[in-house]
Amino acid sequence: MYGAGLVKGLAVTMKHFVATYLDDIHWLARGGRYYNDEALSVRQSLKGRGAITVFYPEEKLAVPERFRFIPFLVTDDPQPGETWPHDWCTSCGICAKVCPPQCIWIVRGKLPNGRPKPEPEEFFIDIDICMNCGLCSEFCPFDAIKMDHDYELSGYNRTTAHIHDKERLSKPISYWREIATKKAEAEEAARELAKASKGKRKGKDEEDSPSPTLSETQAKQLYYRGEG
Amino acid sequence: MTDTTIEIQETSEGQPVPDDIDPVEDATVALNEKFPGEITPDSRERFSGLIVSPERLVEIAEYLRDDLGFNYLSSVTGVDLIEDNQMEVVYHTYSIQKGGGAIVLKVQVDRDDPVVPTLVPVWPGADFQEREIWDLFGIRFEGHPDLRRILMWEGFEGHPMRKDWKEPFFESEEKPFGSRWPGGNVSRAEEHNPFGKNVQYPSGWLPDGVEFEVDTELYAGVTVTRDATPGLKTDKVTVNLGPQHPSTHGVFRMVVTLDGETVVELKPVMGYLHRNHEKIGERNSFIMNIPYTDRLDYLCSMSNNHGYVLAVEKLLDATVPERAEWIRILMVELTRFVNHAWALGFLLNDLGALQTPMLYLYIERELVLDFFEATAGSRMMCNYMRFGGLAYDLPEMVRDQPTMEFLQELIHERLPKALEQLDTYITNNEIVRTRCIGVGVLTPEDAIAYSTAGPVLRASGVPYDVRKAEPYSYYDKLDFDTAVRYNGDIYDRYVIRIDEMWQSLRILRQVLPMLKETEGAPIISGKPQYAIRVKGGDAYGRVENPKGELGFYVTAKSRASNPDRYHVRAPSFINLTPLGHMLKGYKVADIVAVLGSIDIVLGEVDR
Repeated sequence: MYGAGLVKGLAVTMKHFVATYLDDIHWLARGGRYYNDEALSVRQSLKGRGAITVFYPEEKLAVPERFRFIPFLVTDDPQPGETWPHDWCTSCGICAKVCPPQCIWIVRGKLPNGRPKPEPEEFFIDIDICMNCGLCSEFCPFDAIKMDHDYELSGYNRTTAHIHDKERLSKPISYWREIATKKAEAEEAARELAKASKGKRKGKDEEDSPSPTLSETQAKQLYYRGEG
Repeated sequence: MTDTTIEIQETSEGQPVPDDIDPVEDATVALNEKFPGEITPDSRERFSGLIVSPERLVEIAEYLRDDLGFNYLSSVTGVDLIEDNQMEVVYHTYSIQKGGGAIVLKVQVDRDDPVVPTLVPVWPGADFQEREIWDLFGIRFEGHPDLRRILMWEGFEGHPMRKDWKEPFFESEEKPFGSRWPGGNVSRAEEHNPFGKNVQYPSGWLPDGVEFEVDTELYAGVTVTRDATPGLKTDKVTVNLGPQHPSTHGVFRMVVTLDGETVVELKPVMGYLHRNHEKIGERNSFIMNIPYTDRLDYLCSMSNNHGYVLAVEKLLDATVPERAEWIRILMVELTRFVNHAWALGFLLNDLGALQTPMLYLYIERELVLDFFEATAGSRMMCNYMRFGGLAYDLPEMVRDQPTMEFLQELIHERLPKALEQLDTYITNNEIVRTRCIGVGVLTPEDAIAYSTAGPVLRASGVPYDVRKAEPYSYYDKLDFDTAVRYNGDIYDRYVIRIDEMWQSLRILRQVLPMLKETEGAPIISGKPQYAIRVKGGDAYGRVENPKGELGFYVTAKSRASNPDRYHVRAPSFINLTPLGHMLKGYKVADIVAVLGSIDIVLGEVDR
């Protein structure tokens, strides 16, 4: 019959149309289909039915731990009485070398006698140029630069507001633990492991301390699990 | 899976699979016999290929194509060998019937006035690629029908890919570069002059009052003189389609000569999205290039990563652990599904089904992109593969569901349902059938001659799939068929993408249990390094991108940390070569439909 294909197609559209309203009725007694966190997580999962619109900004999708937007620098949690918490960054410059569009530049800290200090004096990232690749955080040997999850960065200035300096970039380690809990734990365990094995190499007794290992799940959170 | 309204052609008959006799060796021996003394193998360490002299090039090419069966010209690359004061053109040719590796021909000419005979009469697919080499290197191709600039604009001076042409900002010799803003003194050009302008002109030159001779050559080649029908005054009109157009898949322009509604001639014009990818590739170190490859065909970033990583692994002689290979295949096949969903959605969009089928397919695409985001950190610009493996293992949870469960449900239930829905929805739709069947036909001989690849080639009846012809990764261990269709029209190119999506699901069903088995295995071989040093040589790594054959030709010196020459064989770019040929005699409305069926992405066309 001529037109059968068109009718079948319309039936598919009708099915989607009806499914959305049926889902609405289903969630009526459970807090509503929109502006409801539980309903949102179901709607975005494999069980979602009907239209999958997200009513941003009232509803926001949860961002996974590995999501990368602009980098930020990690510092210790600020202690009372401190002007500036201790930076984890030692200004080694690996992130600047590996950045593909070359958007990071660092001025190394200097001690009064002229020797280098393992702290950056200035640290700039031009976020107009940053391509959110994450290579800086991947290759930082001190876990000092991490990819932030905050993507709501609109402002009124087009030029200098987009050069983030060290002050703007620094956030405490508790913030990193909050946004990427599992990753932060795994990284801490890896740091403990590295410290313990260094201690062993210096000739400590093996019977005194059991060798810590990374669990399976922890190892999965880290970059690169290779042989050797 | 087989209860769909269209017949799935699950046969690999005619699909070339390399057997024990290496066709490349055979052909090399035959070439040496026929042209004694003319063929010298490339003697540089770890370089492959046969150097031939420019005078005999056309003869040798014809012999290769007609007698030795190497009838598919995959890629034409220009190389600037500034130390030897030479320029080189590298041709990769493959055999459709026999499969297997490439016969690589190299022609080396003087750098001061480089002239190479054109191969367009032998393989019309060399057309755009030779124009690109003229544009970017300055090698003149004698006998080329239309040697104009293709990626740069007509008035551009100089040949940018030459080694002595320095990029405007990055003018230093040493790489990687120092700071962009020395001392952190950031400034914008607008702040330096009272007019707030950010343009600088050479001294003594003013923009006003200059007459640019733009497009004269282009229009002269396309416009046809007035053609009088007895009794009726008719005229042919030359129009531009694009570059700003909702249906040209990006900033892409076509100059069309029309006789009423019928297309007389069509010339594609590209270069509006040219971002200098290849020169950036030379400036960056190997690992810094991986995020840039994401942005080539920005819908299939995993696949692009895979091609580049394959090429550099050849330079490194690196091996990849088993789990990494399985995850790579998982990602690439999911990308294939995602890309074809996008392509079909946009094709239907162009036909007039205003976005409804497209968005229904995107529901599944969203789920796959959620998975990519949880694994790699980003939905589209994944930057996931590394040399010798991957950056990360699979995550624990995807959207509050354990990953393996998520994948299981996705691959066994959600995606097949979506495909079935698409079949019910559109494949027998009368409008689609009337507009697509018999339109934009490409014969198999033309498809091979024009160097098309991917679904465009296979929809014309040529069962050539890189995954089977020259298997890479673990594709030789997997059981899947090559999708083929025999009419070569838009409808076949539409249906073949659905076929390929079914085959992708078949592959994914085989990969899932392997992932469960290799739980906990390493995902990269060797230590992670940000500054790798390769062993040198040249390598051509090619993968079956959803759009076609994506190849990366990477050359490097021994112990180098960045490539010497980095070329991308872009399938979208080369698939556009037969566009004018396919559309002669069809109507204006068919232009957009045919373009949609070729499935281009401007990031790849222009690089």
